[in-house]
Amino acid sequence: MRKILVPIKRVIDYAQKIRVDSSKGPQGVQLKNVKMSMNPFCEIAVEEAIQLKEKNKGAEVVAISVGPKQCTETIRTALAMGADRGIHIETKPDVRGDYVDLQPWAIASLLKGVVEKEDAVDLVLLGKQSIDSDCGQTGPLLAGLLNAPQATFAANIERGDDGSFTVERETDTGTETIKLNACGKPAVITCDLRLNTPRYPTMPNIMKAKKKPVNTISLEDMVKELGLDLDEVLTPQNEVVEVYEPPPRKEGETVGSIDELLGKLKEKGLVA
Amino acid sequence: TVTPSSRTFSESISYPDESMDHSYEQRRLPVTQFTEDEEMVRDAARHWANEELRPLVREMDDEAKTRPEIVQGLFDHGFMGMEIPEEYKGSGMNFTSACLVVEELSRVDPSVSILVDIHNTLTNNAVRFWGSEQLKEKWLPRLATEAVSSFALSEAGSGTDAFAMKTTATESPDGSYYTLTGEKLWISNSREAGVFLVFANANPSLKHKGITAFMVDANTEGLHVGKPEKKLGLRASSTCPVVLNDVKVDTADILGEIGLGYKYCINILNEGRIGIASQQIGIAKGCMDIAMPYLNERAQFGTKLADFQGLEHQYAQIATEIHAAELLTYNTCRMKENGIPFVKEASMAKLYSSQVAEKAASKSIEWLGGIGFTQDLLAEKFYRDCKVGSIYEGTSNIQLQTIAKRIKDEYR
Repeated sequence: MRKILVPIKRVIDYAQKIRVDSSKGPQGVQLKNVKMSMNPFCEIAVEEAIQLKEKNKGAEVVAISVGPKQCTETIRTALAMGADRGIHIETKPDVRGDYVDLQPWAIASLLKGVVEKEDAVDLVLLGKQSIDSDCGQTGPLLAGLLNAPQATFAANIERGDDGSFTVERETDTGTETIKLNACGKPAVITCDLRLNTPRYPTMPNIMKAKKKPVNTISLEDMVKELGLDLDEVLTPQNEVVEVYEPPPRKEGETVGSIDELLGKLKEKGLVA
Repeated sequence: TVTPSSRTFSESISYPDESMDHSYEQRRLPVTQFTEDEEMVRDAARHWANEELRPLVREMDDEAKTRPEIVQGLFDHGFMGMEIPEEYKGSGMNFTSACLVVEELSRVDPSVSILVDIHNTLTNNAVRFWGSEQLKEKWLPRLATEAVSSFALSEAGSGTDAFAMKTTATESPDGSYYTLTGEKLWISNSREAGVFLVFANANPSLKHKGITAFMVDANTEGLHVGKPEKKLGLRASSTCPVVLNDVKVDTADILGEIGLGYKYCINILNEGRIGIASQQIGIAKGCMDIAMPYLNERAQFGTKLADFQGLEHQYAQIATEIHAAELLTYNTCRMKENGIPFVKEASMAKLYSSQVAEKAASKSIEWLGGIGFTQDLLAEKFYRDCKVGSIYEGTSNIQLQTIAKRIKDEYR
């Protein structure tokens, strides 16, 4: 195995309470002083990449992130988990990301360019979706742009000696197993929850991460290098109309017995 | 009348972003703004503590025993060699990182954090500061990767009056080894220890100027670890007598110089107590972690407990004091890292943090009410665990003395 590319996203930490000012439209999600972390599904992707690297000596894991200056922290976490180097496509502070400007199509276009530039990429591992915009599109769009074989919602990945990938996918009706044949294109696989349990960096690995290279390039420069159009990249494909907090959950009813419970369920037409 | 206690005034208007007004050289970062690496360290420790340690906390307290897999986990994750340089198989980090690990572990179990604290801030650092190259090469890799250490100073007759120790070290006729005889008491980590840093007097006629520090392998003939004390708190941390019956120690295993042991132990304890302050802050935060969600959830008379003004005032006070303790403690870490004298501040940090922890633990049980008094929650454990904070690594009275002496001198 040669290179495994792992795109990672810096998002609001999963444990944070989200605060929304709905009068501000898509900019209403409070980001100031909010703890940010690596998207949990991206963590799973990084972990899988490292496990594959451990099984295939000589493989290089490259973590890549598109975002503001602070993305270097997210990339460093990936390095501390065991990735070999990082690429940071740095956006200016006024680029909000998600909902507002940069969307999956733009990210996938950038990643396509990076895959082609890097050459020798055998696999792109992504999280199935991000926990902020929950689009789940970047992986499939990238596969489409590359004309590459893809498998989404991976719960298990096995690499064959011939360079193929056998992937168990989670679907609504059960697990489906598909094989991505080696075809000269990188396999594109998005990772789901059951795939693995990400390791937390050990102290020595945090120190080692400091010495691993991170190549930072501005979004403008990268766009130019890849022959893309900056305005196109920053113009969202979708317009977010409204962002609001879900209405507070209504209180439930307490019942005194199983009979009462059955009575209530029948009343609501939920059981015959 | 209902006071609009949940209205937050500050969030409804925006302030100009002043952070870019000063040049980088003029800007000073807040003490609580840690580096990228330090934040990663904190996150890793928090994650490990919540995933691997938390499920075992109650059981280890009930059985008064630390599980071997927890000790192994501490080594595997690099928590045991925080400041040991990489060439000796350590993690090569700074003192603040070690304190952050201690704080995060304490937030889940102070019995485990004390093991990490003593090992890192007392033994490991003493070896790094005063050990010969040969001694460091022999012991640091073991300390970083597999041997828990104990700091064997106290005895039945000498706690605060550490220099009154009776354990002796007698030089062999050919001068190649010393024979240690005596009994140490109150020794933490002793059941798990692979190595003991033992303080013994090699020349009692010189009084404290004969005290010498020895590195003693736990398997050395004549060294016995006695039965653990049954304690109020920190129950999973082993606290045992350590008997030395003609224990032979090679002169190569003397830490630093003969007769300077008293200086080493005073100096290392001066900084080790910053680690204890971190532990106490972790305890206080651990109490808030239990109590605050409860206050936000539980209602009486149709009102969430967190919204009753009486409670608002109390938890605001405690939160303020925890924050003050944090600032005091981590500022002292930075002073130490920058070579600024910090003995007074270290004493203040330990004194104050242990007071805050005790208050937080006590108050949190009151806020939790009946359930806080049961073993269903860990609040009662924190209440028992925090008490030793005002006792070990220098009692609160001694801290007050230390601070007073310096204040007095400042005004002379």
